[in-house]
Amino acid sequence: MKKCFIIGICFFCSHILFSQENRLETKKDTTILQETIVIAQRKLSNYRQEKTLSSIDAYLEKANQVTMIKRGNYAWEPSLNNMVSDRLNVTIDGMQIFGACTDKMDPITSYVDVSNLEQVSINSGQEGAENGHCIGGGIDLQMAPSKFHNSGLKTSIDLGYETNGNYKTTGLDVEYSGNKFYLNTDGIFRKSDNYDAGNEKEVMYSQFQKYNFSLQSGYSLSDNNVLEANIIYDKATDIGYPALPMDVSLAEALIISVTHRYKNGSARIKSLESRLYFNTITHIMDDSNRPDVPIRMDMPGWSDTYGFYSKATLKEKKHSLLINLNGFYNKSLAEMTMYPNDPNQPDMFMYTWPDIRTLYTGLYINDHIALNPSESVSTALRLGIHRNKIAKRAGVESLQIFHPNVKESKSCFILSLSGAYTIKKNTFDATLGLGYGERAPSVSEGYGFFLFNSFDNYDYIGNPNLKNEKALELNTKVNFKFDALKLGITSSFFHISNYIIGETDNTAKPMTIGANGVRLYNALNHASIFDVYLNTTYNFSKQISFNSSIGYNYGVESNKQNLPLIRPLSYLAEINYNTQKFNAALQLEGNGNQSKYSSFYGEDETPAYIVLNLNLGNILYLKNNKLVFKYGVENILDANYSTYADWNNIPRQGRNFYLNASYILF
Amino acid sequence: MRLKYIVPILFISLFTVACSTDENDTPIINGIENLVKIQEITNNDHTIELYNKTGKFNTGYNSVTIRIKDNANNSYFENANISWMPMMQMPTMQHTCPKSAIVKVTDKNTLYEGFIIYQMTNTDGSGWSLTFNYTINNEDYTATDTISVIQSEKQNVTSFMGSDDTKYIAALIEPKDPIIGINNLMVGLYKMENMMSFPVVQDYKILLDPRMPGMGNHSSPNNTDLSYNTADSMYHGDLSLTMTGYWVLNLKLKNSENTVLKGEDVTDQNTQSSLYLELEF
Repeated sequence: MKKCFIIGICFFCSHILFSQENRLETKKDTTILQETIVIAQRKLSNYRQEKTLSSIDAYLEKANQVTMIKRGNYAWEPSLNNMVSDRLNVTIDGMQIFGACTDKMDPITSYVDVSNLEQVSINSGQEGAENGHCIGGGIDLQMAPSKFHNSGLKTSIDLGYETNGNYKTTGLDVEYSGNKFYLNTDGIFRKSDNYDAGNEKEVMYSQFQKYNFSLQSGYSLSDNNVLEANIIYDKATDIGYPALPMDVSLAEALIISVTHRYKNGSARIKSLESRLYFNTITHIMDDSNRPDVPIRMDMPGWSDTYGFYSKATLKEKKHSLLINLNGFYNKSLAEMTMYPNDPNQPDMFMYTWPDIRTLYTGLYINDHIALNPSESVSTALRLGIHRNKIAKRAGVESLQIFHPNVKESKSCFILSLSGAYTIKKNTFDATLGLGYGERAPSVSEGYGFFLFNSFDNYDYIGNPNLKNEKALELNTKVNFKFDALKLGITSSFFHISNYIIGETDNTAKPMTIGANGVRLYNALNHASIFDVYLNTTYNFSKQISFNSSIGYNYGVESNKQNLPLIRPLSYLAEINYNTQKFNAALQLEGNGNQSKYSSFYGEDETPAYIVLNLNLGNILYLKNNKLVFKYGVENILDANYSTYADWNNIPRQGRNFYLNASYILF
Repeated sequence: MRLKYIVPILFISLFTVACSTDENDTPIINGIENLVKIQEITNNDHTIELYNKTGKFNTGYNSVTIRIKDNANNSYFENANISWMPMMQMPTMQHTCPKSAIVKVTDKNTLYEGFIIYQMTNTDGSGWSLTFNYTINNEDYTATDTISVIQSEKQNVTSFMGSDDTKYIAALIEPKDPIIGINNLMVGLYKMENMMSFPVVQDYKILLDPRMPGMGNHSSPNNTDLSYNTADSMYHGDLSLTMTGYWVLNLKLKNSENTVLKGEDVTDQNTQSSLYLELEF
């Protein structure tokens, strides 16, 4: 296993040595069910436009198959195809990074900001396996590629204010771009007080504050070779989680990488990109701001990841090949200290993640074959070896309370396969895809110890004997174009066996005061998840267009019970008016009644809701400089509502006026 | 975070070094390297040296390592036959306490071992004396002295009256160093026949319910009740501890006819059994 890792690194190092002349631009292969969200920070985008200074979370929420699970106003957890963190592979520009919170309060999307990224690539199901194994799909937060624009110095200043929560944002971006060298540095600061739900009801403990700083620099070694370095530092403090019994006093991430890129348009190997990276996360949960708690506790967590990838694109006749060799080593440690109300008693301590080391090495190959100008076939394969080790003896001993046969380490082989057929004609295009994927249990699922889930109010215990979860997947996508009307249907179906979920252990008593009981992670025989979306676009004229989307989702497990966190009927309608210097959009967004809920996993029936938003945008040119305004009203009718994705039914933001201004100095 | 680990390790290593250099003048002899001398009890001919891990007698279970020095030539005897009698002097009477026989430590020539369970002491540690009667080369000797027994912070021993009008003593013996996980729980159970005799109680059952009063009085899973083991004359069971801290081991004593002699179930109303032991780590 370790050998594989070392061989990988050797491979990685070796290719830096070869280089060839000639160059030609190649476009990156777009995979079939990919949805790309452009982080249009200082542009006017006309599709589901948002404020320029939205968080990554808000951008992600605009994607069809993505919903954000909200535990507060910060660090929302993405859900893709009705599957959350453990079943997704979320990466930052191909780099693996794992949250340090046992309660999923820090999805990694919270450790980057719009200023760091250029776009987010969302791949459904096994299409998302390029960077790692997943069931539901992959989300890759992509940074801007090399910036050798030779445009000299460019400075941008961003300011944002929102009335609801007195939310202030400030950003500064300085970029120097030459032919041989570029340096980009940006910082962003966000601070929000408690927000108000509809009818001006203040949501306590919903405040947050964060800053993010990044530095990206590149040097062109030769025509074909570029060396880049990237640092992101993100620090959030005083984050409230109204849906949870605890807050976070610190969530800090340092993400460092060095990348070598090679490009050659005329050679067989079109490009080769290799990266070494390291990231470290510190996450400190505490409850010092809460006046009434049964017991005071601290729950810090740490996650360090070291990794590499080496990615090559090749083109040979009809074949476009993408090969990605990657590996990582992760250390996840989390602990809990409880302070008894009786000062004579000693502190109570346990490891909630007993220093779990994960070593993964894998290879991904994707071949895109153009059969003829209108038809193509794409196949992909990912193979990997995954090894978990419990580094703390105390971790082995504590898990033995529940699982007497726990072993210190465990290895498994993981496979992912997918294939898709695409046909493109003038009036329609269609894709049919099939996939098979596996994933290893996550650290919490495998090794968590008394992780309190406030959703179903149970303490969760990991199960080191879990088998890999396996999913068979079918997906289709059809688009029709009739002059001004565009119709699209996307749909995916997952049949998941060994579906990992908590199972109540009636013999064990909960540790958390007030909890209903203890659940052990276990595998259900199978579960099925289905989703379908109908998208319509109609262009009335060059300036005016109409978008709509209706989605239906369904999830049921082998005992015919509903799965939790399955989105009810959802819809969105939007009218856009768009010119070069001005745009406006009126949005209507809502969900149907959530009748298929899972009371076993803590859900209740969430009523239907509708909200109305108005977004406006302007661009002004002042000599050489550009001023971009975005302003509008969200939840115009001040509806007091919560959705199925709101943890413990915390209400969402009420009416909110916002104004974002970006000033770009050339 | 790394510093957090290094600093305590540094301190621990510093202090352990300090402890070992701090010891008294006796040269370190094989078998007692990790032990601290509690006390010496002497007569005209010999010095009886008593050792354990802490160098002190505490209420509860005390394992003791013993050797007898010949004062004439400072050598240690290998062929002694030793018995002992701890005694508590009360204002109106005196009594002893549960104890083991003294046996030779296997594969050690001069070391003997046994244990004493002190069920109580005076607040200043006074009251107890310890008498050794021993035979070396067919000659009988005796040595006696007062000893000091310090009250343990936690209740690791309890004496109680059962519903059968018999007085019992239960003492926590294992785990000495509890872990987060499943611990082998060992309890000694003795009956007070009279002031001078505390025989082992056999074939009873001790029901176990560990709780954490500092955290909603929650329990832990997969504990087993204690049953008698004839091999070591002790009661054994599994004690699972899910975290460090203060634990109350609520017990219920049942005789061989399954009659409850002492202790109650822990419920929302009754947070603690009247029969319990305490543990902290």
